[in-house]
Formats: sequence, structure tokens, C-alpha cells
Amino acid sequence: MRYIDEFRDRDTVRALAAEIKKISTRPVKLMEVCGGHTMSIQKFGLPALLPDTVELISGPGCPVCVTSRSYIDKAVAFSQQKDVIITTYGDLIRVPGSESTLEKEHAAGADVRVVYSVLDALKIAREQPAKKVVFLGIGFETTAPGTAVAILQAAREKLTNFFVYSAHKVMPPAMAALIDEGVQINGYIGPGHVSTITGKGIYEDIPKKFGLGVVISGFEPTDLMQSVLMLIRQIETGKPQVEIQYKRAVRPEGNRKAKQMMNEVFEPGDDWWRGLGVLKDSGLKIRPKYAAFDAEKNIRADGMVPLREPKGCICGDILKGIKKPKDCRLFATVCTPRDPVGSCMVSGEGACQAYYLYNR
Amino acid sequence: MCLSIPAKIEKIEGETAVCSVGGSTYQASLMMLQTEELAPGDYVLIHTGFAIQKLDKEEAEASLKAFDEFKKLNEEMDREERETNQRLI
Repeated sequence: MRYIDEFRDRDTVRALAAEIKKISTRPVKLMEVCGGHTMSIQKFGLPALLPDTVELISGPGCPVCVTSRSYIDKAVAFSQQKDVIITTYGDLIRVPGSESTLEKEHAAGADVRVVYSVLDALKIAREQPAKKVVFLGIGFETTAPGTAVAILQAAREKLTNFFVYSAHKVMPPAMAALIDEGVQINGYIGPGHVSTITGKGIYEDIPKKFGLGVVISGFEPTDLMQSVLMLIRQIETGKPQVEIQYKRAVRPEGNRKAKQMMNEVFEPGDDWWRGLGVLKDSGLKIRPKYAAFDAEKNIRADGMVPLREPKGCICGDILKGIKKPKDCRLFATVCTPRDPVGSCMVSGEGACQAYYLYNR
Repeated sequence: MCLSIPAKIEKIEGETAVCSVGGSTYQASLMMLQTEELAPGDYVLIHTGFAIQKLDKEEAEASLKAFDEFKKLNEEMDREERETNQRLI
């Protein structure tokens, strides 16, 4: 059991597709809200295997894509401070701010370093006591506990030069906001790795309040096809609920230890999402108790430029699932992964990049 | 961003697991799995340097067994379609 190859069996995918076709009688739109799912769905060509009644649409499941340009603008301003080292996950480095990117700042002499883990950022802080090390905390509930671990570790070690600029977000408010906005969705393919941490409880409001099912899915083609089948079953029988397809990784209660550390360090706060605007309690803010590690409270951002959004980019509508990448006149012409205009083309999880690579 | 890979634990050294993924070796912090029983040979999901969950072998096998049932059903339908020369779905 290696947990990958076994779940890529072509005959199983075909069998699941046949079963979906057999039971699907009404047109439905199912939304995936995880960038990893977006990539898998396009990479394995799953839409072509589904009957005409089933349409898969991508939602706001890429943390880099939903983050505001002003976040990048502030990170750029931090990087321009003489004594600051910016540490970040790689997918943020090329995301355009209003006038610059972290990659451009690095080329101009700023100390910007890509790290594989927030623990690497902590190591840099230990090794460079004369520098202020700022970690760009971006990501949903999968990533946020790691940032929490680093802050708790920094507090234990009494480090005074490690800071986090948090844009961490949580998923359920965005899922609810889409339905409130009237986006046509009949069911959610729930995020797999977010749910390994959170468990299934955070989605219970979706069937209760909105009458929509959520099936928490794995990332291999058989996983996604089975999740679609489970959602179609729910819709056809009129029994929306939260179900776990990805049982090998997701427990109903999630990962209690990770949640405990996340809640120790972060508190819910309002946050801005591309396409959805400000959503109540959708962001994770560093608690006052750990304010000494909050970059926004400790690092100057003197050179921050005024916000400017690019003309013609429809990332916001794409993240809401009301438009597809091919509807954008910049797609694959002016806007490509090599020279991206919008964040959905930059990120390895963005819908535009997924379509550019696999479905042009 | 939420990408995570199944990795096999080769050895455990205090709060760190040395894991292998397709021939590469990774170190993963076990800070989030302090309450789990872990041993070499177990698989964990690794995300940004942390093991975030232990993979459940029994659940994985149950999923694959269910898939086999689907395949059997599908093969039977294929056979029936060929024999009757009529599409069932």
C-alpha cells in the first residue's frame, strides 16, 4: 500500500463514471474549493468522463489567488527595509502586487528567501539575530497550524526577531458567502487536506442552512470520481449531508492537536477575499498574547504603494465559479504562467494555470 | 498550497520523522501528531515540513475493496451490453 498508484486505476475511474451516468438525471453544478482538486480534475481530464448533466466548477480554493494585492504590496514594503529578511513559500514569489513582486525586489537586492517549511524561517531567525525575519503566512487550515507551531516555538525560545505576516484564512465562510451571493452550486467537493486538520464539523452548516451536500474528497482520480458519485446520490435522493470520501486521511474530529495549537495562536477576524470582498471571521489573526510576533505590529512598511488592480483580469469572477478561465480575454494571450497578470495564473493551484496547462 | 504527500516513515528521531517519498528523503516534524502511535513503516501525510495526519491502512483497503465491487459491476454490464448488443446506460 503506497497510497497513490492504487487510487489511479483506470478501470475504477471508468466504472465510477458509468455509475454516475446511470444515476444522474438532473443537471448539477458541483464546486471544488481546493486548488489541489482543481489541478487533479484538469490533469486527469475528469470533466470529459462525466455525463452532460454534471458540471464541475472551481471555487476560491487557492489561498494565493484570493489574497489581496495590498498584502503583496505590504510584503514588498517590508522587504525594502534594510534589516528585514522575507521568508515565503515559493508560490507567492511571483504574485503581482500593484507595482512589484517579491521576485523583482529580490533581483533589486532585497533579502527574500523561499522556504519549504516555516521551521526553516525559524532557523534563519536563530542564525541571523541582527535581522528581522518575516514569514509570509498564507494558506488555509492545512497550513495555519504549522505557522502556529513556529510562533509557539519562537515564544518558548524567546526569539525577538521572528515575525509572521498572517493572511491565513478559513474555508467555511467563503463557502457560505458563495451561496449567499446566489452562485449556482448544487454541492461541494470538500477540501481534503484542510479537513485532515479541521474534521467534518466545520461544514455542518452548509447542509443545515443551505441544503447543499459536502463530500470531503481525496486527490486521486478515483477519489474525485467517487466524491462526485456520492454528491450525485445525495442530490438525487434529496439528502444533503457532510460525508467523508477521503477516509484514509480524514477523521470526523480532524487533528485535535493541530487545532489546539492553531486556536492558541490565532483568533478569527474579518478578512478580504478576491471576488467575495470582506467576509466575517474568515481570517486568522494573531492573538494579542502573541503580538510580539505579528509583523504588522512590529515591522515598518514606509514605502507601501497605493493599491492598483490590473485592467481586464477576471480572477474574482473565476474564483466565484461564475466565469471560467477561457471567458477571460487575457487568458493565454496577455496572461500566461510565464508572464501572469492575475493571481489565478501565477499559482500552481490557480484555475487559470490548471486550464492553461491541461485544458487550453 | 494545501498539497500534501503520503510519505513512509523510515525512522523516528525524537520529534522528527525521517520519511521517504519515491526515493527522496524528507524530514517531517511530528509536533502535530504527538498523540499518535507511530512506527517505521507507517505512512503519514506531509505538508510544509510537518506530518499532519497518519494514513489509515484499513480505511484505504476498504476504499479499494469498494472500488473492486464497482469494477465487477461495470464489467458485468459491459458483458451484458456486448451479449444483447444494447446499451444499458
